[in-house]
Amino acid sequence: MEAFTLLEPTSTWDTLLAFWRFEDMNVLWVLIGSILLGMSASVIGAFAFLRKRSLIGDALAHAALPGVMMAFLLFQTRDPLIMFLGAVTSSFIGFFLIDWLPKNTKIKPDAALAITLSFFFALGLMLLSFIQGMDVSNKSGLDKILFGQAAAMTQADIKLLAYVTITILITVALFFQKLRLIAFNRTYAKTIGMAVNFYELVLALLIVMSVVVGLQLVGVVLMAAVLLTPIAAARFWSNELNHILILSALLGAVSAIISTQVSYLAPAMPTGPWMVVSLSLLFILSLFFAPQKGLLKRHLEHKQLRQKVAEENILRTLYKLVERNQQDQQDFNQSDIQALRSVPTESLQKTLKTLCKKQLIESSARGFRLTKNGLELATQLTRRHRLWENYLNEQAELTPEQVHKQAERIEHILTDSQEQQLQAELTNADSDPHGNPIPRQTATSGGKR
Amino acid sequence: MANNVNSHPPLTVEHLSMRYHHKPVLTDVSFQIPEGKSIAIVGPNGAGKSTLLKGIMGLEKTIEGQVKFFGESLDKKRLSTAYVPQREEIDWDFPINVMDVVLMGRHGHLKLWQRPSEIDRQIAEQALKDLKMWNFRDRQISQLSGGQQQRVFLARALAQQANLYLMDEPFAGVDVATEKAIIELFNKLKDQGKTIVCVHHDLNTVGEYFDWIVFINARLVAAGPAEEVLTKENLNKTYGGRLSLLNDLTEEMYRTQLNKAHDTE
Amino acid sequence: MFSDLGMNDIWILATASLVAASAALVGVFLILRKQALIGDAISHSVLLGIVLAFLLTDSRSLPVMLTGAVLIGLLTAWLSDTLHRVGKLQSDASIGIVFTLFFAVGVILVSLYAGQIDLDQECVLYGEIAFVPFDTIYIGGLEDGTDIGPRAFWGISIVFLIVLISISLGFKRLETIAFHPNLAVSLGINVVFWHYFLMTLVSITTVASFDAVGAILVVALLVIPASSAYLLAKSLKTMLWIAVAYSQAAVLIGYSLAFILDSSISASIAVSAGLLLFITIISLQIKRFYQRTQSIEAAHKAVNE
Repeated sequence: MEAFTLLEPTSTWDTLLAFWRFEDMNVLWVLIGSILLGMSASVIGAFAFLRKRSLIGDALAHAALPGVMMAFLLFQTRDPLIMFLGAVTSSFIGFFLIDWLPKNTKIKPDAALAITLSFFFALGLMLLSFIQGMDVSNKSGLDKILFGQAAAMTQADIKLLAYVTITILITVALFFQKLRLIAFNRTYAKTIGMAVNFYELVLALLIVMSVVVGLQLVGVVLMAAVLLTPIAAARFWSNELNHILILSALLGAVSAIISTQVSYLAPAMPTGPWMVVSLSLLFILSLFFAPQKGLLKRHLEHKQLRQKVAEENILRTLYKLVERNQQDQQDFNQSDIQALRSVPTESLQKTLKTLCKKQLIESSARGFRLTKNGLELATQLTRRHRLWENYLNEQAELTPEQVHKQAERIEHILTDSQEQQLQAELTNADSDPHGNPIPRQTATSGGKR
Repeated sequence: MANNVNSHPPLTVEHLSMRYHHKPVLTDVSFQIPEGKSIAIVGPNGAGKSTLLKGIMGLEKTIEGQVKFFGESLDKKRLSTAYVPQREEIDWDFPINVMDVVLMGRHGHLKLWQRPSEIDRQIAEQALKDLKMWNFRDRQISQLSGGQQQRVFLARALAQQANLYLMDEPFAGVDVATEKAIIELFNKLKDQGKTIVCVHHDLNTVGEYFDWIVFINARLVAAGPAEEVLTKENLNKTYGGRLSLLNDLTEEMYRTQLNKAHDTE
Repeated sequence: MFSDLGMNDIWILATASLVAASAALVGVFLILRKQALIGDAISHSVLLGIVLAFLLTDSRSLPVMLTGAVLIGLLTAWLSDTLHRVGKLQSDASIGIVFTLFFAVGVILVSLYAGQIDLDQECVLYGEIAFVPFDTIYIGGLEDGTDIGPRAFWGISIVFLIVLISISLGFKRLETIAFHPNLAVSLGINVVFWHYFLMTLVSITTVASFDAVGAILVVALLVIPASSAYLLAKSLKTMLWIAVAYSQAAVLIGYSLAFILDSSISASIAVSAGLLLFITIISLQIKRFYQRTQSIEAAHKAVNE
């Protein structure tokens, strides 16, 4: 823990305070820069993701490396703009190559990506090692773009970063509708006469630019995650693209803040990995806990459904028992129910208790009986079950043996309107294929569901 | 193979249901096919014909249902069942020649460390000759025409020396010569008491090429001897569109995972 | 230049050539199974496996490193697949999320424990093939034992043997699975087992190559020679041979290049592999163009006559 324990806990705190008081103006600039980068990279990465080119950012970031090195070799300067142009050029060559290889040779798209990525990266490293063997000034710090180092950024770097990221954000805002349409349905966009190729080029340029401008902060190797992980996480929260974009921009910004702080606290630490780790944590949180599509939510929903199904099954069994006894007997005990439907005793007791609580059944002399509400619901379920059996038998020509199992499930999700549609389509809505009568709709049916 | 297979039909499908994402593709399909016949699976586009075949072969997950081969599970009858995929499934740039593709049909009979023996080679040779592809044995597969590619696949299935052949659209996009070769192959296989099940899309030829027809459109519409089931009524039902309510609700059922919500049964 | 090769150069060349050969062999199957990206992912994740294995056991012996790498490699493959299924993400997106996280954690651990592991960010990237000859194994104690050569060399030798034996034993199975997974399933071959088997080979190859070429350059050696071979080969066997030949050529050219330019040996080898691929592509394109013009000319002639 050397890099960390150098700082005493109190001094860590002090440094953190100093960070947020922005005693060093440079810190504020770096922070703003990284937030802007986090936002623009996430937004543009979202479009790459939607175009099903999630890893394009990975390849392009690697492809930028030789450009930076070539620019340095040719001009012997570390002027941000020259580095930027060098990187954009070689990234674009990489972009072209990834596209060209599968179209003109047998090489498949995934291999084309891996080839471009590893070849350009190797070329960049080779040039870097060559430069390091050379006797030139201000070559130190070139290797910082491999893993990113926020603390090493200069004013000029940040200015360029700010210009580029703001350009990206504005361009996306301007072309939002078009980019969305292309991402959603490229062929359709073409048929309505959109200049798809132009917009794709714009998108490619934006991707390349945001990748290149992020190198100093995140580094070549991990830039992919900054484009990809925010959108992947945001997708769990919403289905609407503008919400998703805003959210992924937010996630990008949060991770940028976290990683800049770490970089400030421990200047020897590379920034990129911290950004990726914080993004990944946000992703994992979203995967499990997102309110609409998270795994936890899905699990709970399923549990609720199980509960509902169990309850409704018991209600319908009670209805059948009543029907079988020609209404003479109204109350039944557990073994009566179990004689008709095989339910483990434990879960049956639990379900009965819940039903009592909901006042759908009540305890009686022998055991339980349906309340008025319960009877209504049970009638409705039975009706739906039998209507569906009839439908399958009449329209899908399934045998009476086949239909029961399916109706057993569908009864729980049929809606009122679907029930009416069923009734309209059926020639026989009076008895099911097994010969049981289909109960009439009661006056207040459709109530408690 | 011994004759004890006679007591069981070559293929029995019971209550097979399959889906793609949440969309129901097949619902509760059951049928049985007789031995020594050629059977066509017919239905409109998207009716789940290829999916049915893949489900039968265990290549795609089924939600429910059982498939029996000669009364047993597929694992016990792998060697007597040969599968011919659609041509599009394959990377035709793959560096392999015709002979090696056909020899793949013999792998099921070989242990990990075994290499194809002289007998295996003779079987592959005969299969290639039967399909008039022997002269192409050293060609790389990318240098073949569509019909020739199909014949290589058929030769591979033939080399497997199975009793039941499942083929996914063998007639799709082939030339007349290949079409003829396939028909000849069918007749020869049937003479040997073997059974052929094909996904087929051409209604004009189905009655001529096949003895038996299974009509499906997301569910089983009809199955039986061609002359009995090839009726206007069945065609109307098969090609007359799906039952929208059935479709919607089954989709809803899969989406909510209702089929896993029952703790009884 | 090769006339005054010292013992050290020979060890470096031997190590590099075994690294390149093993990677090329494994890479052939990655290319054919269209899993180049999972190869990329595993070679990144392996860093975390190495660091964790070291931190947990305090040893850098080959078995420990191999175990760590295989576990993390399989975990990468499995997690990517699970995320794809459960999280309903595209498969390359789930691969990207998993390996960047693993690699990031690996780099952080390397920076945190820089003093304790003889690993730094540099060698994660380049490897240290130039230092390979100085880390040798002694048999029978440090003092009086005999020096049997560099640790990295023996590591990759063992891995090369494992790869070679696995591929020759499983040749027909791997061929069938790569050619047509569905057919393999229908023949009763356990495709899932062979998939993870291949992932294991990728993991052990990358970890054994780690000392020599680092975590990222090995991707180039996995993918590029195999792709060159894919363009030329007419059978799987020739594809394997051609890939190995390309990889060896890349080692020789790269080593000379590094010598001339005084650049990193491993990066130069990877660059040479790429250059050889592009030469291959260009000559194939020229050949195709030439054939096309010829056939057009022939057609013209036929029309004129």
